[in-house]
This record gives sequence, C-alpha cells and structure tokens, in this order.
Amino acid sequence: MSWYGLLLKPRWSPYVAGVGIGVLSWATFVFMGKALGTSTTFVQCAGALEGLVAREHVEGNAYLAKTVVGKPIIEWQFALVVMLFFGALTAKKLGGERFVEHVPKLWAWRFGSSRMLRYIAAFFGGVILIFGARMADGCTSGHAISGGLQLALSSWTFLIAMFASGLAAAFLLYGAEGRNHV
Amino acid sequence: MFDPIFADPQTLALGALTGFIFGFLLQKSGVTRFNVILGQFLLKDFTVIKVMGTAIVVGAIGIYGMRAMGIDFPMHIKNATLLGNAIGGLIFGVGMAVLGYCPGTAVAAAGDGSRHAIFGILGGIAGAGLYAEAHPWVQQKILGVSNLEKATLATQMGLSPWWIIALLAVAAAVGFYMLERKTGTPPRAAH
Repeated sequence: MSWYGLLLKPRWSPYVAGVGIGVLSWATFVFMGKALGTSTTFVQCAGALEGLVAREHVEGNAYLAKTVVGKPIIEWQFALVVMLFFGALTAKKLGGERFVEHVPKLWAWRFGSSRMLRYIAAFFGGVILIFGARMADGCTSGHAISGGLQLALSSWTFLIAMFASGLAAAFLLYGAEGRNHV
Repeated sequence: MFDPIFADPQTLALGALTGFIFGFLLQKSGVTRFNVILGQFLLKDFTVIKVMGTAIVVGAIGIYGMRAMGIDFPMHIKNATLLGNAIGGLIFGVGMAVLGYCPGTAVAAAGDGSRHAIFGILGGIAGAGLYAEAHPWVQQKILGVSNLEKATLATQMGLSPWWIIALLAVAAAVGFYMLERKTGTPPRAAH
C-alpha cells in the first residue's frame, strides 16, 4: 500500500501506531532533549488562568510558581498538547470518518443519554485524573510511555497502580455486563 | 510571571510537530475513543495495551541502544516517590475510567470529535489548580515517605537494563501473540 493510501485508512494496527510512538520518542530524546508528556500543561493552564485574577496567589504557591513563574508558559509541551488536537483531527479527516460523540454508548446504557449528566461526570473525571497525575508526577505519556521505556521505577509503579485501579473502577461502574456494550 | 510568555520559535515548532504526529498516531490507533479505553479496563478490547506495550519496547530498545552506541543525550527519569507514584496512579485510574481518556488522549479525542472530552479537559485544569493547593500537604505526608530518586528497574535489581528490556520484549511478543490468537483482530469499523 502506498504511504498516501495508509494515511487514508481509518484505523491502523495498534502495533504500527505503537512503533510510531516509540520512534517518535527516540526523536524527542535525541533531537529535542525532551520526553513525551502532557499533564504539566494542565498546571501551566491553571497557573496562567489563576494568575490573571490572583497573581500574588500564584507567585506565593510553590507548586504553581515553579511551573509558571520566570519561565515561558507556552513552551515545548504546551505546543505539543495543543497540536494533539489537530493531529487527531487531521487523522480523522484523512480517514474519512464522521465521528461526533456527546454521550458514549456504554455510558448511555448504564447512566442514560442525558448530555448534561455526562458532561458533569467528564468534568469531575478530569479533576480526579489530573489531581492523580500531579501527585504521581506524570500521566500515561510522561510516566507510562516515556518513563516506562526508560525502565523508571517511579513510572512502572504508576503504570501498575493506574491499570489496577482503572480496571476496578470500570467494573464497579459498569459491571461484567458492560463488556457487552463496548 | 507572564514574562516571557512564549518559548523560542524553534522549541515551539518542534513541540508542535511532535504533538501533531503523536495526536495523529493516537487517533489512527483508536485510543482516542471512550469505548476503546473502557474496553481495555473491562478486558474486552486490548488496543491500549498493544499500543503502549509496543511503544515502550520499541522506545526502550532505541533509547538504551543509542546510549550504548555512544550517542549522548539526557535521560528524563522521574523521582521514585513511590507512595506518590502509587496513590497518584490509583487516583488517576479512577479518573481515567470515569472520563474515558487520559490527559493526552482527552485532548486528541476532542480533535477526534468527542464533545464530552472538552469537559474532561476543563476539569483537568481545575484538578491541576486543586492539586497545587494540596501539594504542601501531599509533599509532607506522601512524597516524603520513600524517595528512591532516579531508580530504574535495572538499578533496583542490580541487572543490566538489557535483561529487563529482553524480558519486556519477550513478554510483549508472547502476550500479543496469545491475544491475537484468542480474539483475532476485532473489527474496528468507524462508528
């Protein structure tokens, strides 16, 4: 298949995509002196937004200050995170997919098709997600992939904890019956 | 703060290029879909593990291989504040099961057409602000408990990293072979 034909396929083998992400991280380590990561950007956003209304508070909070004071907020990782949106959008368009989702099928089966309820749950899911990521000092990109490939003890600890609790939470939310709805 | 706001253009361009490719790969692999992530946690669809496992093994071979060949570049190993890594990971897993995405896939999912992911991203920003307030307490009670700093699986076991990489590669190869034989490649039609 031609390279262009590959770009038009809606789905790639997960192994091909995985190899791509692995090779991408070689490039970030060697040519950019960076490791793939995303969750620090959420701290930069929070710090910047809080800074607009309560600058002294941000400067007085050691955790925010070390991320946003005296260094650029829009830097390598921030640009990366913004472009995740456009990379995925482009991949979807090239694949010819028309996908819009307000309430996922599995969620609707278990909790009903209210958009408002789903949006609220997604918001609080996001709160929990980033709170955990910052306590662990990384997320699925910064810890699981970048740290996993460096064999970091911190990252493998995170990876195992994250999968164990994701699995438990998913079965608590949806039960074994949920497997028939994904 | 806000001075400077922007990093230099080259840094931004490299970050943007990396993010574009990363987002592209995530979407093509299917992990920007709620159903695929929940399918993994419900042990129905193993796409997430296949993508992550392959990325980790390929990444490790390249990074450790290039260093062995004498190419010099910094590593980015995060501190093993083990209780924080573990409790943070447990909290993170709950958030991921509720939202249906991790931070990076949430942003990519928004680009892929998931409207509810946008609320997850907003929640994430709030979560970051909340954590910043809790950090002094967390640092004292959780992060300070055991810190093995830049430990890796290799240094911890006193082995060459290549033993660990070989073990991971074999485990991935055998695991993926068995998964494919058992389930085959599930139909991944666009829906």
